[in-house]
Amino acid sequence: MPEENAYDPECLPDLLPIYYKKLFPYGPYYRWLNYGGVPKDYFSKREFSFTLKDDIYIRYQSFSNQDEMEKEIQKRCPYKIDIGAVFSHRPKEHKTVKAAAFQAQEKELVFDIDMTDYDDVRSCCSGADICERCWPLMQIAIKIVDRALRDDFGFEHLLWVYSGRRGVHCWVCDETARKLSQPGRTAIAEYLSVVKGGENQTKKVSLDDRPHPSITSSLEIVRSRFKDYAVKKQDFLGNEDKYKKVLQLLAETMEREFESTMNTTHKRWLFFEKMCEDRRQKSDAKKSPNLEDEVMLQYCYPRLDVNVSKGVNHLLKSPFCIHPKTGRVCVPIDPENIDSFDPFQVPTVSAIVEELNKSSVGSEEGKKARDYNNTSLKPCIDVFMRFLVALEKSWKGKLIERSDMKMEF
Amino acid sequence: MDFRNIKRIKRKANGNTALDSYCSRLQLYKVPPTDTISLYEFEEYAIERLKVLKAIETASEKYVKTSDEYDTFMWGQLRTTQFAKLTKSHKSQTEDEEDNFARLDHISHFILRLAYCRSEELRRWFMTQELDLFRFRFKTTSDQEKRQFLEQNDLHYESLTPDERSSICEKLAAASNTTSAVVETVEFFKVHFTEALDLVQRRKVYVSRGQAYVQYDDMISLLTGVYRSHLSQALAKTARALPHLEEDERLLPMLSGLSKRYLGADYSIKKNNVGQITADMIDMLSKKAFPLCMQSLHVSLRQSHHLKHGGRQQYGLFLKGIGLSLEEAMKFWRIEFCKLIDVDKFDKQYSYNIRHNYGKEGKRADYTPYSCMKIIMSNAPGPGDSHGCPFKHIDQDLLKQRLKTMNIGDQYLDKIVSEVKTGRYNVACTRYFEATHKLPLEYQAQAISHPNQYFEESQRASNGESKVPVIGTPRRVGSQGASQATQGAKGPDGNTTRAPARDEMDDDFDITDAELSMQA
Repeated sequence: MPEENAYDPECLPDLLPIYYKKLFPYGPYYRWLNYGGVPKDYFSKREFSFTLKDDIYIRYQSFSNQDEMEKEIQKRCPYKIDIGAVFSHRPKEHKTVKAAAFQAQEKELVFDIDMTDYDDVRSCCSGADICERCWPLMQIAIKIVDRALRDDFGFEHLLWVYSGRRGVHCWVCDETARKLSQPGRTAIAEYLSVVKGGENQTKKVSLDDRPHPSITSSLEIVRSRFKDYAVKKQDFLGNEDKYKKVLQLLAETMEREFESTMNTTHKRWLFFEKMCEDRRQKSDAKKSPNLEDEVMLQYCYPRLDVNVSKGVNHLLKSPFCIHPKTGRVCVPIDPENIDSFDPFQVPTVSAIVEELNKSSVGSEEGKKARDYNNTSLKPCIDVFMRFLVALEKSWKGKLIERSDMKMEF
Repeated sequence: MDFRNIKRIKRKANGNTALDSYCSRLQLYKVPPTDTISLYEFEEYAIERLKVLKAIETASEKYVKTSDEYDTFMWGQLRTTQFAKLTKSHKSQTEDEEDNFARLDHISHFILRLAYCRSEELRRWFMTQELDLFRFRFKTTSDQEKRQFLEQNDLHYESLTPDERSSICEKLAAASNTTSAVVETVEFFKVHFTEALDLVQRRKVYVSRGQAYVQYDDMISLLTGVYRSHLSQALAKTARALPHLEEDERLLPMLSGLSKRYLGADYSIKKNNVGQITADMIDMLSKKAFPLCMQSLHVSLRQSHHLKHGGRQQYGLFLKGIGLSLEEAMKFWRIEFCKLIDVDKFDKQYSYNIRHNYGKEGKRADYTPYSCMKIIMSNAPGPGDSHGCPFKHIDQDLLKQRLKTMNIGDQYLDKIVSEVKTGRYNVACTRYFEATHKLPLEYQAQAISHPNQYFEESQRASNGESKVPVIGTPRRVGSQGASQATQGAKGPDGNTTRAPARDEMDDDFDITDAELSMQA
């Protein structure tokens, strides 16, 4: 990708109109959020909110159909689009109904995983930065959450999206997920939260003697990646500062052993594992018999921003937005191929607008809906289409059955 | 509709009693009562149930719910109320007694629904206590009655066959943290996971493909789930219908008096303390008069010039409660945050939230400071967060070390730590209060239950308001509203018994309060 790093935030006001005019995949996007038109006014009761230039924030936008949405987005050219809940009334008319009657009724179950929440366990970057040494954390997170949502909760329609900079989002679109109550969302978010405790708690993971089957499955995923990620990429016991953090989690000290004979993370971790095994053999390990598992989970287990998941009406950045700082498109990720997904290869708005210009040279007024197919956005849209086709299969047949059912009020 | 039926209590002469539904003691309160009762009974019933709910609240603050102490405490408390019948065995009662009790139980529940439906906070309190009461009653019900209850409420749960059970035996055992041998002897139900949310949330149940496998002993979780969603919907419905009651000038003031009485002070901003505190006083105050949670937040804010959302909420609302005006709050946060970010960014990202807390944005609700219960029980801190209750959310060693640097003597320290170990975090905080305010060691102050209560008590102590005898919780709200209303009631249907005079009632309540107070 030659134009990869050519994005300049100053150009965003010039690029966005082209992106929204020619490249934003309105068709598939609308097909997703319309959910086959069941119930009929589902899409028109959905809240969108726009962040415009200079951080002007407008909530409670809604559109009756795809056409109106397209026009409105192109008119406003939002820096960011957030998707909110499906309400009892059209959000743009919310002022005409009593505040108590205007209620968020449904929304996808969403998850937000953000690399900043891992700052205490990654040594390469901090804050908004990511690199190939810490990105495996996101891969592990997606694998664990994806597995749990499918195997444990039986959800099928999961849309994973790169947030454009330092994290990932997940939209669970099954009907049961969209209809979940706030306590239901809270229960799932807490079920998936294993790393707990604030700045003042060093040991953030405590397992039962026999961990829950879901944790056992998560551990298998972590184990398969731990050596490559924590030992090799992060070198997480590499120096005194680093291993002290780990040793703080244990009752006894092995600083002397760490300092003298073992001078690499690899050796130190082997020693640590052996020590845990010995303790189990001696069976005097009444306290935390799963110590090395706890350490691994504290370093690798997904850290969800649970508040995003809990509320029915919490807004979350929409797929296919442009991240204003990086210029990258918030593209869908295929969880099956997460290991080959490289956040630094995600197309930027400047790159795809450039590609569009090149491809349209010489060609006539094309069908605008397909313009993205001539850019590096195409593979990302393909991922989205696969998700969409599976989703659409789920409501075929249900359509007629429910056409005459009306919502209770 | 719930409320219409309640109204019929007054209007209809000799409505049918709901005797049919009284055959089992335990119920989900699905059918509203249609009896006629006097205003006097109306209030009496409500107060009896409130005593029970208050006792349930106290019990769960003091003891672990599954402990014997919890049960013993509850039995003791119940005996002092008209719910004492619950403590006697089924057989020792005449049918009449049982019906009378069932009627009290039924009607009082619906009255309190009216009183506690009007705000999120009230609804939450009422639901928590009602659910705990239900749980307690279910636990102490005989197997036969349990079955009867399930039958009556059409609750049929699918049992696992022995084969099904064996095939996932290991997983069931791991999820319920027992052995496979035990699993083989226990009955398991298979339900959709949304029916067992609190088990899912605590990861205490095996979940696969959307099905939760619940063991017999956890059945209560399924039932409270049913009860919770039913009650939550009913309360929302009642709240919507309540405005129609406004025409009835007897009931509404009484109901609002009822709901105020036991929820305690909410420490929302009071007119007389606004502006007493300014931004530049906070540094000084935080050292002496703030509880440890707020002190930690203050230190963390000063050090990192930032607090995450949970911290800003917990600390910001506390500051609002002690009398920091919106202008001063804006100044306070801006000065600190702008050491790191520019003013423009602050105005865009944070000032909305501050104004929101002061009821100047969004739905314009006047938000109240968090209570200890809320801080301890909900929204535990995650990575990067500094909020929460230090006695719960700081590692014990670190806590000890911190307390030592604050020059807290060893005897105090031991007392604090031993409370932390038993999970009585607000009591630990109370010991901390005694230590920092140099109260004698053998002195036992009443438990701190709200950070703003801590602040007020501290102010009182340092202003030398005599010798700080007992930390009186300013929890009660007078009952003028209710009694005035009853006095003025005319009783259009001739069915109203005149309520006792106001003084009398106030006295009555004071005794009740003393009986029920949180003090050990």
